[in-house]
Amino acid sequence: MRAILDTKGNPKLAWAGLALVGIALLVLPFALAAMGTAWVRITNLAILFVFLALGLNIVVGFAGLLDLGYIAFYAVGAYVYALLASPHFNIHLPFWVILPIGAAVACMFGVLLGAPTLKLRGDYLAIVTLGFGEIIRIFLNNLSQPVNITNGPQGVTLIDPFRIGPFSFRDTEAFLGLAFSGPIKYYYFLLVVLLAIIVINLRLQDSRIGRAWEAIREDEVAARAMGINTRNMKLLAFAMGASFGGIAGGMFSAIQGFISPESFILLESIMVLAMVVLGGMGNVWGVIVGALLLSFAPEVLRYTVEPVQQALFGRMLVEPEVIRMLLFGFALVLMMLFRPAGLLPSATRKRELEVRR
Amino acid sequence: MSAPGTAPQADAGVLLAGRGINKRFGGVQALSDVSFAIRKGEIYGLIGPNGAGKTSLFNVLTGIYTPDSGNFVFDGAPLDGLKPNEVAKRGIARTFQNIRLFANLSALENVMIGRHVRTRAGVFGAMLRNPATLDEERAIERRAFELLEYVGVGRRANDLARHLPYGDQRRLEIARALATDPKLLALDEPAAGMNATETESLKGLLERIRGDGTTILLIEHDMKLVMSVCDRVLVLDYGKKIAEGTAGAVQEDPAVISAYLGGDVALNLKGAA
Repeated sequence: MRAILDTKGNPKLAWAGLALVGIALLVLPFALAAMGTAWVRITNLAILFVFLALGLNIVVGFAGLLDLGYIAFYAVGAYVYALLASPHFNIHLPFWVILPIGAAVACMFGVLLGAPTLKLRGDYLAIVTLGFGEIIRIFLNNLSQPVNITNGPQGVTLIDPFRIGPFSFRDTEAFLGLAFSGPIKYYYFLLVVLLAIIVINLRLQDSRIGRAWEAIREDEVAARAMGINTRNMKLLAFAMGASFGGIAGGMFSAIQGFISPESFILLESIMVLAMVVLGGMGNVWGVIVGALLLSFAPEVLRYTVEPVQQALFGRMLVEPEVIRMLLFGFALVLMMLFRPAGLLPSATRKRELEVRR
Repeated sequence: MSAPGTAPQADAGVLLAGRGINKRFGGVQALSDVSFAIRKGEIYGLIGPNGAGKTSLFNVLTGIYTPDSGNFVFDGAPLDGLKPNEVAKRGIARTFQNIRLFANLSALENVMIGRHVRTRAGVFGAMLRNPATLDEERAIERRAFELLEYVGVGRRANDLARHLPYGDQRRLEIARALATDPKLLALDEPAAGMNATETESLKGLLERIRGDGTTILLIEHDMKLVMSVCDRVLVLDYGKKIAEGTAGAVQEDPAVISAYLGGDVALNLKGAA
């Protein structure tokens, strides 16, 4: 990864590598579609989880604030989109209006969660954020009475897909002799957003703001003594992370076309956190790898566990669902033992002074 | 709370004045009615036996604790109720008795973080990388390199702070504090754990910092260092000021001698009398 990105050290190799990766990413959905459209959908969801993991990485990885209720912001973004683009209230705003609204509302909730928890750290913060995540989910579950806002456990259905004029992300269109199905169009859209989010993350980390977050993570007292306004910086981390979650939630709504509180349970928060920790807290590339691994692994298992057992024992002994959690737990224990800092731990950037005095 | 007769008068040469500072922790009076004045450009020592209240005074000064009564006037304006980050912004930078570096960041990044309070780039600057932000980043990095060279750990710029040897960590903490462009540099036992050679070179560094125009407040147990480098010294014992004056005068002060030799000796002397 580093060699590919090192455009200064070996420009030819780097650009060739980048071009190859780019082409592979462009061709990927068609290869996946050949295996079944389900795989394109799975990839799209995996990319959404990369967004979530990158958003949570700002809070947990950069600023060191353990957040166990992160999925709540995803839920907020998803419901904002669902309510503003579905027959439920009969409002149908275009997606490019709703996504920023969703980000702003999620951001507001981020500050709402951040403000009272400023003095908490570690375990205590984890417990409060966990409670916050559950509160949001329970609200979504129960806000069907007395006024029906969220439609309760039934969720919101018939959510609009992304649409630009007559061009809808749901229909299949033929272009240059290729069939562009809905999921494939979403894939390309997500890919563009993903690129933007990666760039934003990398830039944030390597900036005055990113350093202030890292200072808070390392030693809050010293950070304050160095003149960092830890209150504002922590709120900023919560707000940024929450906005990322809100945007991801909006896209999730549109892609799925249906959402319910079921999608935003505690386990999802824990999964996103596991992606961050497994990949390597604070390292953008590590977090992406972690998110992709944990998103794809269960799907791969779903398609392999049964045939493997059939071949070995002649019948199915253990359900894929069960094996999944078993392997997850096992993988995490192994990680903690052998690579406690994650698959790709964050490394210090080497700097050279450009102009010597 | 009125300050006692020894309270410093408002004076053009005074950078920091403390007036009748009191701080109580439960049953312990950590600071009682402490007043002092630090003049611009001097190295001002703060000494006293363990538990005398030196670090408490630091913490009250830098906004980590609020004093029960009394106040500080720094550079012509009071420091009342300021938070630690606001105190740093006003121009007081400190180091810690038990080193508090950002252990998992490089030495250079530690110093770059010190520049935070004198720079401006926000979230949008960070995301857009506009020319102003890039210029500022370059200036931060250049200044950080300069400061590392200044304190003598330039070679270790890219090493993690926690991988530096002990003496270099102390120096790095000073560089990080200097990065905030302080008017007053408050050092909490910078020579602790250093050998004689390291202490000697630290002394050189302190004099150089003072020579470059920064006033220094120094807590230190190494008497040789205090007596050779400090212009004036404040002595605390059980939270009370027992002496203030030039290093030479303080050394001769009977109250200081008895504080350092131990209360028993003083009691015995009294009993004999």
